[in-house]
Amino acid sequence: MGVYAKKQPPANLVIRGARVVDPMEGIDAVVDVRIDAGTIALMGLDLDTNEHRVVDATGLVLAPAFVDPHVHLRTPGREDEETIASGTQAAAAGGFCAILAMPNTDPVVDSAATLGALLETAGREAEIPVGFLASITRGQRGDELTEMAELADAGAVAFSDDGVPVASAGMMRRALQYAAVTGRKLALHCEERTLSHDGHVHEGAVAAELGFAGYPSVAESVMVERDLALAEYEGQPIHLLHLSSAESVAALRRARDAGVAASGEVTPHHLVLTDDAVRSLDPNVKMNPPLRAETDRLALLDALRDGTIDAIATDHAPHALHEKDVPFEAAPFGVTGLETAFAVLHTRLVQPGLLPLETLLERMSAGPARIFGIDRPRVTPGATANLVLLDLAREWDVDPQSFKSRSRNSWLLGARLTGSVAMTIANGSVAFEQ
Amino acid sequence: MTSIRLVRDDLRPPGPPPRRHLLSVADLTRDDVQRLLGTARTFESALDREVKKLPTLKGRLVINLFYESSTRTSSSFELAAKRLSADTLTVKSAGSSVDKGESLKDTAQTLGAYDPDVIVIRHPQIGAPQLVARVTDAHVVNAGDGKHQHPTQALLDLYTIQQQFERLEGLHVAIVGDVLHSRVARSLMQAFELVGVRCTLVGPPALLPRGLDAEMTTDIGAIHDADVVYVLRMQQERMEAGANYVPSLREYAARWGVTPERLRPGQKVMHPGPMNRGVEIDPRVADSVDALVETQVRSGLVIRMAVLYDVLTGGPVGVRALAAAEVA
Repeated sequence: MGVYAKKQPPANLVIRGARVVDPMEGIDAVVDVRIDAGTIALMGLDLDTNEHRVVDATGLVLAPAFVDPHVHLRTPGREDEETIASGTQAAAAGGFCAILAMPNTDPVVDSAATLGALLETAGREAEIPVGFLASITRGQRGDELTEMAELADAGAVAFSDDGVPVASAGMMRRALQYAAVTGRKLALHCEERTLSHDGHVHEGAVAAELGFAGYPSVAESVMVERDLALAEYEGQPIHLLHLSSAESVAALRRARDAGVAASGEVTPHHLVLTDDAVRSLDPNVKMNPPLRAETDRLALLDALRDGTIDAIATDHAPHALHEKDVPFEAAPFGVTGLETAFAVLHTRLVQPGLLPLETLLERMSAGPARIFGIDRPRVTPGATANLVLLDLAREWDVDPQSFKSRSRNSWLLGARLTGSVAMTIANGSVAFEQ
Repeated sequence: MTSIRLVRDDLRPPGPPPRRHLLSVADLTRDDVQRLLGTARTFESALDREVKKLPTLKGRLVINLFYESSTRTSSSFELAAKRLSADTLTVKSAGSSVDKGESLKDTAQTLGAYDPDVIVIRHPQIGAPQLVARVTDAHVVNAGDGKHQHPTQALLDLYTIQQQFERLEGLHVAIVGDVLHSRVARSLMQAFELVGVRCTLVGPPALLPRGLDAEMTTDIGAIHDADVVYVLRMQQERMEAGANYVPSLREYAARWGVTPERLRPGQKVMHPGPMNRGVEIDPRVADSVDALVETQVRSGLVIRMAVLYDVLTGGPVGVRALAAAEVA
């Protein structure tokens, strides 16, 4: 539902010799895949090529392409940082076949008119399908609901005030009640601002030593607890954005065990880094929620493994170079991530044996698709081709010059990663090829 | 102590050995500290002469770049440079292009174009000196960055204590007050650890940083055993309105104020200034013979002379500050 992209020529391809891995279809075998006019037509050995282009994928992995439920495309308002075109190109380069864009733009996506303009632009510019969330409250100010029903009819995939919390519990309750008539989910940024107030860094040993104002874990988890309680009371589903703390994960697990329809997501940086990285004073490790302690990181990883956390989300947040080239405290929150997400998680989690490849593939594709009611990418005959071809052995250096994104505020500049995207097929068309 | 690492080393061209800076006490070794204290002592004896100017840094340019108000730090850096015959230039944010919205990076690069040997910087934000070190070719001395570090203050305090007690190791210092907002406390704690001074932090619960690996208590009685009571200023300019770190300054003074009644006879008292008399320090304490406040100011001059001399000529001061390291 509600995902838009420009028209692309449908692919006619035979992908030969790849190890096909689709955990949801229960497949992990070397088979050839033939795509006719953008649809997976045949899978098997020694396929008739049907005069298609043959891609030799020997030694590569072919998997369902990724879905990113949390991207900031900065359009409208900050097209110098990202556009729908550049953001979707970056996503395609990262192996994504669909992304969801957050509404905290300038202006905020809080009216059918603004949303309509975005959908129209996406129809012209988007390299891969992109869906748009609309805000829960007008201007994300927290005091007045948006016209959710009209926004849903106009194509909003879900609702979120991401970037800021819905501060009032009463407003959150009204939003949950009304979202029910739209059939769309609320995606919640959980932060109790009276606890996080001017915090820049996780409240803990590193902040104490360096002198940063602390942003405690409990600022997130009390809001998670509040929203889970309200979701349970109203019997409405919610999705929890960018979880960062062990307490939040524990609350989500308890609520799910009690039957609350709640889902959660985690970012690559929260799975790989801790607040120790802040010692560098590099503004490219400044994000909201902040990097937390090692115990939090391990709890997030456990929750990702056991499925308490359903999805990996990049929270790709582009910022202009000059805005990040300032002292840490003066820099805005946020880092980019679309073009490095798979590679860094493969390098830092899968290769050391901390996370099975199948789990990573599921949490980057079927997991997020399920949360937002998007058809899950699958490797099976009859399905539209939404595929990613991965070279798990290839080593590469993260070079800011090579980013498709307009911004370079990555925490991985100069890092060496193992595993790269060789080809992305989105909605039946080749969207990226190395 | 973990040293501060700069991740963005890729942005710096490779080349000659790293310039020496003084960005954080965390970058110093015990030997660095001893050498700096020794150099300061040498300069102090020179200052007893009739002509107080030394030719040591003749022809060098020291720029003081101050983004926060300061009396003693900026004046002592300026005087230190002049006593060593360096040319000095003091730029304060008020009245400069900073008022027109110029970024720190651009201001630093502009001043860097004069090829200064040293840039001394004070800035309200953590990591500003690291940024200046990255974008200029000067040796950078941190004169206070936000709540992070104030290394020359820690050195001058060590110097003061050493003059008073003729030793450092084995002494006990109680730091009292607003530790949360204090770069002085952060630098001092690291310096004390280097030289073997025991340190106890005393203050109201919300002004003691959570997660700090240190001896901490809310009981003002804990100052009793200390050789030195180090009183911190209540930094109201760094406290956001309505934060309620303490119910009132009156209650703070009653509960944690350092008064003659709370001190042993002869117990030494220090304060980095400026003092809020009647809040964190009783005026009778501030004016007593056991208060070392003026000695601290005099120590500030010779320590800053030693630091300027050391970054330009001496051994390895804080070289490790710029050792490149990968994130995570």
